[in-house]
Amino acid sequence: MRSGLSRVWAALPTLLRIGVAETVAYRAEFLVWILTTTQPLIMLGLWTQVAREAPFTAGARSYSSADFVAYFLATLIVRQLTGNWVAWQMSEEVRSGAMAMRLLRPIHPFFAYAASHAAAIPFRSVIALPIAVVLLASSGASVLSTDPLQLALLVPSLALAWLITFAFLFAIGALAFFLTQTMAIANLYFALFSLFSGYLMPLDLLGPVARLAAWLPFRFMLSAPVELLTRAHDHAQLAALLGGQLAWAAIMLTTALVLWRAGVKRFEAVGG
Amino acid sequence: MTRYLRLLAIQLRISVASAMAYRANFVIEGVMSLVWLVITLIPLVIVFDGRSEVAHWTRPDAMIVMAYFVGVRAVLEGMISPSLVDLVEKIRSGSFDYVLLKPVDAQAMVSASRYEPWKVFDLIGAIAIVIYAFVLRGAPPSAANLALGVVLFGTGVAAAYALWILCAAAAFWVGRLDNLMYLLGSIFDTGRWPVMVFPAAWQIVFTFVIPVAVMTTYPAKALIGNLDARDAIATIAGAVALVVVSRLVWRTAIRSYTSASS
Repeated sequence: MRSGLSRVWAALPTLLRIGVAETVAYRAEFLVWILTTTQPLIMLGLWTQVAREAPFTAGARSYSSADFVAYFLATLIVRQLTGNWVAWQMSEEVRSGAMAMRLLRPIHPFFAYAASHAAAIPFRSVIALPIAVVLLASSGASVLSTDPLQLALLVPSLALAWLITFAFLFAIGALAFFLTQTMAIANLYFALFSLFSGYLMPLDLLGPVARLAAWLPFRFMLSAPVELLTRAHDHAQLAALLGGQLAWAAIMLTTALVLWRAGVKRFEAVGG
Repeated sequence: MTRYLRLLAIQLRISVASAMAYRANFVIEGVMSLVWLVITLIPLVIVFDGRSEVAHWTRPDAMIVMAYFVGVRAVLEGMISPSLVDLVEKIRSGSFDYVLLKPVDAQAMVSASRYEPWKVFDLIGAIAIVIYAFVLRGAPPSAANLALGVVLFGTGVAAAYALWILCAAAAFWVGRLDNLMYLLGSIFDTGRWPVMVFPAAWQIVFTFVIPVAVMTTYPAKALIGNLDARDAIATIAGAVALVVVSRLVWRTAIRSYTSASS
């Protein structure tokens, strides 16, 4: 394992360079993928209209129009930075047999895929930046968090959110070794993600479901950094948020690698 | 005409047979439909728990829009998009030549070449939502409204189909478009909500530029019974115009097909 990791470390610059080259080569597709993230904007349009006359109250919290603007623009930014489509990529490569090529390389595919998707982050930032400018110029700017600690935690929180998302999708991709069609699973994942991550609406509007959502991994993939950005948390809440992210990162990472190990044994290369 | 219907039936039978070959997948897809249906409805439930009305739309009325959305999407994802994804593959590999050689219209041939039969669960779900919404409203729709609602469901599907064909025609020039189809799908997502709940500028875009409102909001108004004659005619005319334009663009596009095979 030690030598494996040092191999990855040595190959990392090259892997990242390949990732950048891939993103540039498929820039049109990359851009369209990014543009398909319209759901937060739809919800932004809807909820700001709902809260236009009076703040929307659910449970202990009430959301004004400005709260919703801040929330959904932050959601859009986090989603742009942390999203990836590795599950789709892997199931396609298993089906076409291209996975065989990856297995020949002396680097664990987890790291190869991770590096290739990490390399896209600068490009994703280019998309996220104008959204951030809009956010700062919008009515939502007034409700953004100003606590330096929360803003400082934003970077590790985003990194952990990226890692959990990536490991989760990698685990789903590894299911392609067991099932012929993993698309249905990936769709189920996205359905649950939409609801429990805060993608469709702030989690505290969910009422009783919010208590369940607080424990599921989805919250730590999207809502956690968004909460850091848009509302005030006390220190205990911050610790729970980041602790939860760390725990889920560890769980998803383990699950992904175990599923991969079990799955790759069953792999029979399709095609020449 | 009977020849086209027979063709349709044969293609449907083949798709059902191949779908049944992956029975586990069929079950998963059925469960998925149900999960999506619930998730689709949750924001609606929450919005109307805090408000009795949004932009003059009540909960049952908004549910009917949602049902139209689920219904149109079921036809789109069950028949139109898989067929068009298939078409793009054929254009890329050159096997579109064989489609052109067949003694039937190429557009008819490719528009219904592949089905995902489990989307029928969504269609059933959509009907269930409509029934539930009318139970909440307390009175069933009148026969005339029901008829108009069904007709407008048809024109809504036609409008969506035309939009997707326009998108597919682009494949003759650019080679691939699976992503473009995703993009169109995510724009279509706005159809979940009555167009009136969005800011004014969006309403114009989603009524006239990308006429999502024609596919869900207006048909729902017809079924509820508050669509006036002028809007009804405009909705139908809009859908027909879109179909005509898409046919013309398709004909132009097909002329620039130069076969990828040697």
